[in-house]
Amino acid sequence: MSNAPVDNSRRRFLTVTTAVVGGAGAVGAAVPFIASWMPSAKAKSAGAPVEADISKIEPGQMIRVEWRGKPVWIISRTKEMIDGLAKHEDKLRDPASEVEQQPSWAKNRGRSIKEDIFVAVGICTHLGCSPGYYPGTFEEQVEGVPDGFFCPCHGSKFDMAGRVFAGVPAPTNLVIPPYKFLNDTTIVIGLEDTA
Amino acid sequence: MMFQKIVDWIDARIPMTETWNKHLAQYPAPKNFNGWYVFGALAILVLVNQILTGIWLTMNYEPSGDGAFRSIEYIMRDVDYGWLLRYLHSTGASAFFVVVYLHMFRGMMYGSYQKPRELLWLFGMLIYLVLMAEAFMGYLLPWGQMSYWGAQVIISLFGAIPYFGDDITLWIRGDYVVSGATLNRFFALHVIALPLVLVILVFLHIIALHEVGSNNPDGIEIKRKEGTVPKEAQTTQFTFHPYYKKGKTIIDAIPFYPYYIVKDIVAVAIFFIFFCYIVFFMPEGGGYFLEKPNFEAANPLKTPEHIAPVWYFTPFYAILRAVPDKLAGVLLMFAAIAVLALLPWFDRGKVRSIRYRSVLHKLNLVQFVISFVILGYLGVQAPTPMFTLMSQIFTLTYFGFFFALFVYSKNEDTKPLPERLTR
Repeated sequence: MSNAPVDNSRRRFLTVTTAVVGGAGAVGAAVPFIASWMPSAKAKSAGAPVEADISKIEPGQMIRVEWRGKPVWIISRTKEMIDGLAKHEDKLRDPASEVEQQPSWAKNRGRSIKEDIFVAVGICTHLGCSPGYYPGTFEEQVEGVPDGFFCPCHGSKFDMAGRVFAGVPAPTNLVIPPYKFLNDTTIVIGLEDTA
Repeated sequence: MMFQKIVDWIDARIPMTETWNKHLAQYPAPKNFNGWYVFGALAILVLVNQILTGIWLTMNYEPSGDGAFRSIEYIMRDVDYGWLLRYLHSTGASAFFVVVYLHMFRGMMYGSYQKPRELLWLFGMLIYLVLMAEAFMGYLLPWGQMSYWGAQVIISLFGAIPYFGDDITLWIRGDYVVSGATLNRFFALHVIALPLVLVILVFLHIIALHEVGSNNPDGIEIKRKEGTVPKEAQTTQFTFHPYYKKGKTIIDAIPFYPYYIVKDIVAVAIFFIFFCYIVFFMPEGGGYFLEKPNFEAANPLKTPEHIAPVWYFTPFYAILRAVPDKLAGVLLMFAAIAVLALLPWFDRGKVRSIRYRSVLHKLNLVQFVISFVILGYLGVQAPTPMFTLMSQIFTLTYFGFFFALFVYSKNEDTKPLPERLTR
């Protein structure tokens, strides 16, 4: 023990520097704990494209395929469904698909490559439930619109191009995944023609 | 005596007898506690039940996307008394919320959140929050349809946060959808992290309670400034710990042990009658404690026709659904819990107990309870336009309670407080 008087400024300096260096160390040590919650390499690699045979879909029918663990709908739209898309645009929140919920090539009225084949991620943009498909029975949800999608969780409504109706909790249109046609009967989800 | 020697040996090394006296045998509790005062003790009882049955369930549960659902079936069918352990745990979750809601209502009725018990109330609200997180994560573990889609919806709530929403939901799930990775981390949080936090918060809640002392149905203090109580009015029948007497005279109090322990035992017996009836005769609680779609394994491609959270979340769920905007709905739902936490500051009154407060306050509290119950009902129903409108109305009255309270409590027409505890 030395008998030198207490040097307060020196003591404060040491306290502050110890706290700062220790604090930086604690932040650094938190990184692995927080980062380990991100999707693992295995989860990331599971996002491979999937192929689907669309030759057997009847007009008006829907098939579901799983892509990156999510349901993807493929629907063969009837002529009435395609014609109907123009008739209720005043009731939609984003009829022209201004919000980027689709690849740029799908920014059209049908939000699709071919008019009759509609492909969308079947996850409601509100809180992630999978809406139900109501062909011909959608009138009870929206008057004058015969077909559409209704989410059972919080009552969000979408038309046959996955466009959201105004006044429901979902903020945006359904997501259109990247996809392309390999030939007339085969579609691949997860790949697109970048041309 | 041998026993006394052991006690002395321990006491010289750790303050065992001192702690027992300070917090139980010589803790001054107001003599007029009524039936509303049993729910704190019951909450501890249910917590012990959850921890005990939970530990035993983990012995046979398999936390993986492939094995979870199967292992629950295994517990139910093949493990001796596995069905009982699981039903005790699942019924215990609902019982926990019943008890906690009644405990909170007691606090609201008798103004137990008012100064100087604000921090005590806040610790209680934190317990409530952690309890909700614990219940939510536990509900994913059976990996049924309702588990899966419930988790999908609740995690998606965080997606409403501007800019970072999608990254945060990805981080919480650990995958692009709710998957085995999500299940495993929820399992870790449900069985280790949150129970630890819960037990620490309960400890702090009790320490905070004993520091400021228990409130009572009259809402008046039982610790008076020394010299303000006439000699003949003081009771010397009981010994209270000196810690509580610094400069104070304690009146109208009895020691917590044995008096209120005995009272709590009666409550425990009554509680077990109801609890066991449900465990043995209606463990699914009519589809409210264990929901029907949860008897089907999780299917990421198909949402059940009608999904609703378990009953104890439904009032807040109804508020979420009442708003036709994603971010606003989420904010309002969290605000509904936040205003409850801020109750000590919304209430500007000096009179605590409903016994001596204005008719307006009584009506306001009644309408709050009605709003809460109706919102709870609406939260389990399918969202029809009629029900959505009702949700909006009762969301308004729910928040209206707090704003009305803030307005009238400043100059409230209260009755005179009694000098001493009444009944």
